[in-house]
Amino acid sequence: MREVAIIGIGQTPVGEHWDRSLRVLAFEALSAAMRDAQLERIDALYVGNMLSGELTGQEHLGALIADFAGLRGIEAMKIEAACSSAAAALRVGYIAVAGGIHDIVACVGVEKMTDQQGSVATSGLATAADAEYEALHGLSFVGINALLMRRYMHEHGYKKEDFANFAINAHRNAVNNPNAMFPYPISAQQFAEAKPIADPINLLDSSPIADGAACVILAPLSMAREFTDKPVRVRAIAVATDTVALHDRRDPLYLEGAAISAQKAYAAANVGPSDIDLFELHDAFTIMSALSLEAAGFARRGRGVALALEDEISVRGRIPITTMGGLKARGHPVGATGLYQVVEVVQQLRGEAGANQVPNAQLGMAQNIGGSGATVVTTILERI
Amino acid sequence: MEVARFWRTRHQRYQLVGEVCPHCGTKIFPPRDVCPACEGEAKTPFTFSGRGEVYSFTTIHSAPAGFEKYVPYVVALVRLEEGPLVTAQLTDVEEKDVYIGMPVEMVTRVLREDGERGVIVYGYKFRPRLLQPEPQPQRELEAAAMA
Repeated sequence: MREVAIIGIGQTPVGEHWDRSLRVLAFEALSAAMRDAQLERIDALYVGNMLSGELTGQEHLGALIADFAGLRGIEAMKIEAACSSAAAALRVGYIAVAGGIHDIVACVGVEKMTDQQGSVATSGLATAADAEYEALHGLSFVGINALLMRRYMHEHGYKKEDFANFAINAHRNAVNNPNAMFPYPISAQQFAEAKPIADPINLLDSSPIADGAACVILAPLSMAREFTDKPVRVRAIAVATDTVALHDRRDPLYLEGAAISAQKAYAAANVGPSDIDLFELHDAFTIMSALSLEAAGFARRGRGVALALEDEISVRGRIPITTMGGLKARGHPVGATGLYQVVEVVQQLRGEAGANQVPNAQLGMAQNIGGSGATVVTTILERI
Repeated sequence: MEVARFWRTRHQRYQLVGEVCPHCGTKIFPPRDVCPACEGEAKTPFTFSGRGEVYSFTTIHSAPAGFEKYVPYVVALVRLEEGPLVTAQLTDVEEKDVYIGMPVEMVTRVLREDGERGVIVYGYKFRPRLLQPEPQPQRELEAAAMA
């Protein structure tokens, strides 16, 4: 196996891009990353996307985007793993470069959600769940997270407002991210008064539906300095799975897929949670932040919320999370999100995170969660 | 969803037919053919009692397409008496009266309709368990008869 490095990154702002199509968004992120690495050609393109068929009637994104980007002829395919599609595409790119199949590989995550009305996007997102035993009963994706949050509050004795700091921290960090969808702060009072979506989840627990694209370019570490002065080494990228339906889990409040994925990544990188300087976690809802912190070993069971309460999650805290706004405030274009997370970790490790820079960031981790935890991709990156 | 797909899952939806593992005895719902506990093959049908209690619940205000006309509705995870958790709507009850641990029982109701000419999908929902009449001691019955 060859060591792999990230040599280029690119992203579009996250938002409601009524003026730009799926292929245009993907091309913008791809060409920004290729400029970043001073590239004119790549060997292969892997596209992470969840909902293009459901929401825009367009599949076959590998060929579509390769052609649109002037790269006709190269190997190109779409990778789908619900909300973890983008990180799954990175995993496929990593396998290709580490395995010596390709040298220069682009992984682009793209999602176009705002061409449809809300209920269509809502049922699209529900395809991440079990169609016959969850979605058939009218359960939405927000609803699944609400079931988790209510049970978590019941078992561990938290109140709703205890989750507020996950959202407040994300919004505070988004203020300094020019690509964030919601670059403004929110207060505890606004959180408490936000509109309910699926009780106990309210609007400010939830990440927004959005459009966007993000891209990462991989190369063998031995070649990386031909393209960039600031290569970032991929120490590990690990995928694990769990049951698709929440009701099939042994213990719904323990994200076993996230735990296995994190443990595999720690083992491959030969590090532990205490070595990680920042953690871009999958805060689709505040409850997911808590469960992800616990599964990845940053908090004991039932203590994930305590990290937020004690403000250990800010840029200068013990374990900074959502340092550029997270899914909550940067936005959550689902099939693109995993690569936004990785792009942001690279910004931190290159020292390009501006006002949100985590001091002396050496090792950064991203965790992209598909569905309610059925596919989980954990990536550990290192400044070199 | 399609007619054949509904037809295939009719036993599960109308009668809570799952499976029991012939190797370790684990009761399985929905049916999955491989036992989640011991990973042995498990294809023996088993009909659940339909009794259980609420493990968690929420009210859906923003519904997926096809469910808009039913909002708000309560969806729960129900822990069946025999072990498995199942996702289902609660019915015949208001959200404010639902609590974790509430005893419930299965009933068959309309889950959704696909427009005027489409399939009407029936399936399980759960309602608060109706009180069974307590068997009264003979002496009290006699006393009541004499009064």
